[in-house]
Amino acid sequence: MAVNVKDMMKKNKSNRLLLRFSEKAAPTIFLLCAIISVLTTIGITLTLLMETITFFNRVSFIDFITGTKWWPFGENPSFGILPLISGTLSITVIAMAVAIPIGLASAVYLSEFASPHIRKIVKPILEILAGIPTIVYGFFALTFVTPMLQNVIPSLPVFNALSPGIVVGVMIIPMIASLSEDAMSSVPNDMREGALAMGSTRLEVALKVVVPAALSGIIASFVLGISRAIGETMIVAVAAGATPKLSLDVTESIQTMTGYIVQVTLGDASYGSTTYYSIYAVGMTLFVFTLLMNLLSQYISRRFKEEY
Amino acid sequence: MNSAAKTNHVPVPNTTVKPNSGDSKSIYSIQNFSLWYGNDQALQDVQFDIPANNVTAIIGPSGCGKSTFIKALNRMVELVASVKMSGSISYNRKDIFSPKYKVEELRTNVGMVFQHPNPFPKSIYENVAYGPKIHGIKKKKVLDEIVEKSLKGAALWDEVKDRLQENAFGLSGGQQQRLCIARCLAIEPDVILMDEPTSALDPISTAKIEELVQKLKEDYSIVIVTHNMQQAARISDKTAFFLNGEVIEYSNTDELFSNPKDKRTEDYITGRFG
Repeated sequence: MAVNVKDMMKKNKSNRLLLRFSEKAAPTIFLLCAIISVLTTIGITLTLLMETITFFNRVSFIDFITGTKWWPFGENPSFGILPLISGTLSITVIAMAVAIPIGLASAVYLSEFASPHIRKIVKPILEILAGIPTIVYGFFALTFVTPMLQNVIPSLPVFNALSPGIVVGVMIIPMIASLSEDAMSSVPNDMREGALAMGSTRLEVALKVVVPAALSGIIASFVLGISRAIGETMIVAVAAGATPKLSLDVTESIQTMTGYIVQVTLGDASYGSTTYYSIYAVGMTLFVFTLLMNLLSQYISRRFKEEY
Repeated sequence: MNSAAKTNHVPVPNTTVKPNSGDSKSIYSIQNFSLWYGNDQALQDVQFDIPANNVTAIIGPSGCGKSTFIKALNRMVELVASVKMSGSISYNRKDIFSPKYKVEELRTNVGMVFQHPNPFPKSIYENVAYGPKIHGIKKKKVLDEIVEKSLKGAALWDEVKDRLQENAFGLSGGQQQRLCIARCLAIEPDVILMDEPTSALDPISTAKIEELVQKLKEDYSIVIVTHNMQQAARISDKTAFFLNGEVIEYSNTDELFSNPKDKRTEDYITGRFG
């Protein structure tokens, strides 16, 4: 064998002009792609901001954030966002009451108790569940969950907060389960062995060692779930009704911030009217909420980071 | 198999445990114990008694089954799904593999210190208090006492008493390992199994752990797996030499090192292989 590897490598390299060019060009192309998403974000935020400012030229900011009546249509419109916020929060609280316990319990099962075989089957199914279009969940809430709930609470109207709240929770379960499971699986086995060797049962290991060790990831998954519930649109637009109400009664019809935006963009308001601009102000409020949640989740991940 | 060691292996029917002949009380009695991972045999007809309040060292080259053996003593080996066993191991005259024997009870009596320090990602205090807490001790005052006593027992108290609430990961490797020993002492086991407890530590930390082992044997029976023959010679009373899953020789440490009966033991301790 008279092959000189060194020579071959030298020859190949010097011949590849294209390679040299792409070596230089590639970072620039990647940079452009990255800039596109940054610019889009800036653009959207700016548009949102401009239109929101237009809205606040017509409606007082104080009235907007403290008003308890949301009545954008008709003669005497009133833009107090609290009823929409209360609607959104009702949905979020119901959803998290469903998603956190079930999601966390599924994660504990998958990470600590399931055999590798079962995990291999269940995890992909969970991820498929996360891919179901939300409109499907929406009519699932309206045509299946609401009638079922009506059997229990006969006075329940067709549109109510409870049913879409539960369904939003169901939608979020896979997300919490999957992210929490990731966090728990990355807890080193050393720690489980240490705890088992002291006579802990598997449940004690799961709840007293693994969950605390994975807490930052678990809480981050909760916060992401909350921000998902706040931003969820289709399910509430379909099944929660369109009655902005400052109320804690979850059996009534309500409207969320997202639900309102859908209603208006479907053509309930003429372009340029105050009502039209109000969706930007509501959108801005939503944006602030989810931004705060994301910041919170980042803070929590850093604050509770367990080093191992 | 030409040695005297092999001829000692008189097959004994399962679960019948004979009282140890003559010398001090034995805490473990291992009879004809074999173990497989899937189809690979890791231990073959292991048979000897482990005396109480002694340090018993398990030596042998890598892959000889010594870690597997020590993990069988507290049934940690069962965490490997494919494991199969035959023969018996009795702890205080009770067969530990009998269905009636609760594994949690066994592991409460038999503590373990691992090769790599594995404190929990909690404070120093919480690490030590973990064991007592899961076994139902909740009173703060009692826990405080246990934590102090255990940390003193592990010769760590003076170094950490002012920062009990700090995360255990802030400790050095040697301190972490002593913390793991303290964590183990907190539930007052009878036996402490140590699986190469100093292999990840520097010489000074190693010396501290060895010193500690000497002190601990007054109250505990210790089984220690080690790669380091000098360590075995320094700290143990009895030594078992494992090779390819078999016990080649088991005797008093000074005897085994000064006057090995088996050629393979001699080759190993004189550094001809392993």
